Amino acid sequence: MGSNKLNTTGFSRRVFVLGALQGSLLAVLGGRLAWLQLVQGDKYKTLSDKNRVSFKLVAPPRGEIFDRYGVPLALNEERFHILLDSSRSEDIEESLRRLARYIDLNEEKIQSIIKKSKGVSSFVPLEVKNDVSWSEVSKIEVNSANIPGIYIDNTSVRNYPLKEASAHLIGYVGSISASDLKKDPMFSLPGVRVGKTGIEKAYDKSLRGDVGNQRNEVNVRGQKIRTLEQNSPGRGDNLFLSIDAELQKVVQGYLERYKSASCVIMDAHTGAVYSLASHPGFDPNIFTSSLDKKQWQELVSNPKFPLNNKAISGQYPPGSTFKMVTALAALEAGVIHAGTTVSCSGQYQYGKDKFHCWKRSGHGTVNVVKSLMVSCDTYFYKIATDLGIERLSDMAHRLGLGEKYNFDLNEERAGLIPDQEWKIGRFGQKWKPGETIISSIGQGYILATPLQLAVMTSRLVNGGKAVKPWLVGYVGEQKMYQEQWPSLGLSEKHLKLVHLGMDRTVNHKDGTAYQSRIEERDKMMAGKTGTSQVKKISSYEREQGIKNEDVIWRHRDHALFVGYAPLKSPRYVVSVVVEHGGGGSTVAAPLARDLLLEVQKRDPAKVKINF
Amino acid sequence: MDNLKLDKEVSVFNKFLSLKWGFVLLISCVACIGFAALYSAAGGEFSPWASRQAVRFLFGMGLLIFIALTDIRFWLRLSYPLYILGFLLLIIVEIMGQVGMGAQRWINLGFIQLQPSELMKITVIMALAKYFHTATAENIANIKFLAVGSLFIIAPVALVLLQPDLGTSLMIVLAGVAVFFFVGAPLWIFISGAVLSLASLPIAWFLMHDYQKRRVLTFLNPESDPLGAGYHITQSKIALGSGGLSGKGFLEGTQSRLDFLPEKQTDFIFTLWAEEWGLLGGLLLLFLFGLIFLYSLRIALRCRHAYGQILAMGLSINFSLYVFINIAMVMGLIPVVGAPLPLISYGGTSMLAALIGFGLILCCDLHKDAKLPRMHVTRSSF
Repeated sequence: MGSNKLNTTGFSRRVFVLGALQGSLLAVLGGRLAWLQLVQGDKYKTLSDKNRVSFKLVAPPRGEIFDRYGVPLALNEERFHILLDSSRSEDIEESLRRLARYIDLNEEKIQSIIKKSKGVSSFVPLEVKNDVSWSEVSKIEVNSANIPGIYIDNTSVRNYPLKEASAHLIGYVGSISASDLKKDPMFSLPGVRVGKTGIEKAYDKSLRGDVGNQRNEVNVRGQKIRTLEQNSPGRGDNLFLSIDAELQKVVQGYLERYKSASCVIMDAHTGAVYSLASHPGFDPNIFTSSLDKKQWQELVSNPKFPLNNKAISGQYPPGSTFKMVTALAALEAGVIHAGTTVSCSGQYQYGKDKFHCWKRSGHGTVNVVKSLMVSCDTYFYKIATDLGIERLSDMAHRLGLGEKYNFDLNEERAGLIPDQEWKIGRFGQKWKPGETIISSIGQGYILATPLQLAVMTSRLVNGGKAVKPWLVGYVGEQKMYQEQWPSLGLSEKHLKLVHLGMDRTVNHKDGTAYQSRIEERDKMMAGKTGTSQVKKISSYEREQGIKNEDVIWRHRDHALFVGYAPLKSPRYVVSVVVEHGGGGSTVAAPLARDLLLEVQKRDPAKVKINF
Repeated sequence: MDNLKLDKEVSVFNKFLSLKWGFVLLISCVACIGFAALYSAAGGEFSPWASRQAVRFLFGMGLLIFIALTDIRFWLRLSYPLYILGFLLLIIVEIMGQVGMGAQRWINLGFIQLQPSELMKITVIMALAKYFHTATAENIANIKFLAVGSLFIIAPVALVLLQPDLGTSLMIVLAGVAVFFFVGAPLWIFISGAVLSLASLPIAWFLMHDYQKRRVLTFLNPESDPLGAGYHITQSKIALGSGGLSGKGFLEGTQSRLDFLPEKQTDFIFTLWAEEWGLLGGLLLLFLFGLIFLYSLRIALRCRHAYGQILAMGLSINFSLYVFINIAMVMGLIPVVGAPLPLISYGGTSMLAALIGFGLILCCDLHKDAKLPRMHVTRSSF
């Protein structure tokens, strides 16, 4: 009987063929595996690492800023910000619109982010909104699946505890402008800010530190699994300033009594600035979160220029506060001596021009000390005529006017001390003797900043040393300041005469600032008032009896005062300018008195900068 | 009818004892490698894949033993009905797909998503085995007889192509062709068939879906579009290559753990295994597969009836095709076709299909001496 079995040998042969085929296919697979894993293994290992390892720049925390006691002036605070990873979102605009359902995000902002996204590589996340509240964070977290590419991260936000009081001094940080983007690789990172004004700007590089990097293991979605290697970023340096934060606050409080004023309090010997304030100010913290256009417009268009640091960039005719320069120049030049007198009839005739003393009735016979005490203009008209502009401007420069000090703030302005060469260069005209006459009382072309007036006063009362002002004591642990300054080579005797004039201005019953004297014996002050004209009151107006108080605010005189204390061993110098405030003796002197009392009470000079 | 009586005398218990336990152990070893790989794919967790896969394996093992112990004449009788059942299931998914569920390939049975095309591969071989069981040498040389037999292949392939599932249809064709080959069909048929299919490649290209064309193009040059369609192959090669000789270590495969490797628990599980265990682990798995092939061949050769010979051999070829196509695919030797690695890849139908196949092979072994009825003329001995 036939078996229902296949042709045995035929079947076996063909099964053998198939078996051999299976075996050789297995061998091919094994060979391929060996080829990939042994021969090409290194290549694929590299590719595998390239896959899983992501190199990332890391921004260090920005250096913080402290006053001389270690009180914080600028701090970092951890906040949340919303980021957009454009590589994870197919349609950025759609993602942003969905995000706008959960948080406040206007059309203008959406467009600006879309614009920004075109400028940067898709690997760099974009900041959508900073300083996000908890409720916004939770709303986004809950809905994150619906808004691809949007995620929340920690960031540090700058906080300025003194608010208005440190606005001009410390400045603020803001987003990096397109032109700055290339300057530091750190700038491409979201949330990194750059100093825009003040110390934040001037010391931006030190505060910023160096960008670090991280090698992270990431998954296919780019999410970090763990950190493989970290080159810690170079932390930004902390700054320790000469400022006394408490004093700064108090000073700002005093300035707020006026519409617009600024002041500098410094150490006559070391140049340390204890307070530098300008009013009106603004809260710098509004710049760290999002400042809207309206707020910005308000700040920019305000006629009192709240964004300007008037203490270093406000340039004013110094008025009578300049008279010490004229007196010292004349004394040093030998044009006058202690006993030289001038008779003041209330006006001074030069050629066919008539120059008025502020006191219509005249001061009678005055010497150099009395002329300072009563601020007799005629005396200075006369001696300036003999002195000439060159010697006057030379003394002004020696006392620190008309130049920058390479100060710690970039907003510093040079002021102006005119001379013959300047006049020709500026106007192509020869200098006129009459211009020397009005220069002698700090009017005309002369301009000085409150900081320069403080330096001038310091150089007069510190024994004639060429002190320069400074703010930054330490960058990290590096000392930045000097306390010893070279001598200007001024005569001790002449300086004494100027001191006496400033002493009597305040402490003599005929002095222009007698009402503002300090009676506590160990805190007595000396100084000089100044009232500088903004708009000349015409002789017609004078006859009509128009007084300064009747003129519109921005045409009123500036009130100035420079002073120092204690009287016997000068340490603290103050200079104040109340813009359009009126008279130096009635407005500026009382303010200066209050400030000198405060600074002596706190006595910051006795404490070394704590770093 | 005597034959049947004779077989009934062999008790189920004795059959159980004489089951090829070495073969069962071999299958279990490979499955365990699968569990380890799935455990790793889940990041060192049994859930969601390894535990479920193990349950399916145990269920499948029960099925395997049941099938093996069942009298082979029962399977012979059921060959055509099962074929028709599988065919109907294919039509059902095709209709469901038409109704609007897209390219759906499975029927949801609740505990398992049954892919009829996987079962079809087995029933095609069963039907062919039955068809050729009664064939004479003259039949096999008869082109008409062969053409009728080829309808068993062509009909389901046409349906599977409609799904569209190029990989599965290709595998049914290849397994079918293998059956025709070892039953002794004239060689000229295979040669002219090969020439014909080469010539029809352009037509096939024209009929292919866009994604299928893309897969082929991507295969030809995977690096051309590393983040697009070539991504799968490129990432798989990176994972394999970076494994080196001894691998990155269990649970340390960065490509799979960090999700660079797509479909790591299904089609690309071999890649995961070889990334973590290196060339040594990869070769071990290939060796175990090779042992399974050999074992199956031995069973087929020792079988004393055509049905068992064809069935065991056909199922063995079918199983090995899976292995070759999957592993060749993940190594970038052939285009990505979407074929699981049997016993290893996560997936219920594929696990069950493999174990059912081995159950039938073992059934052939247990019943190798059974006398099967013939319906047609007795073939004269050669």
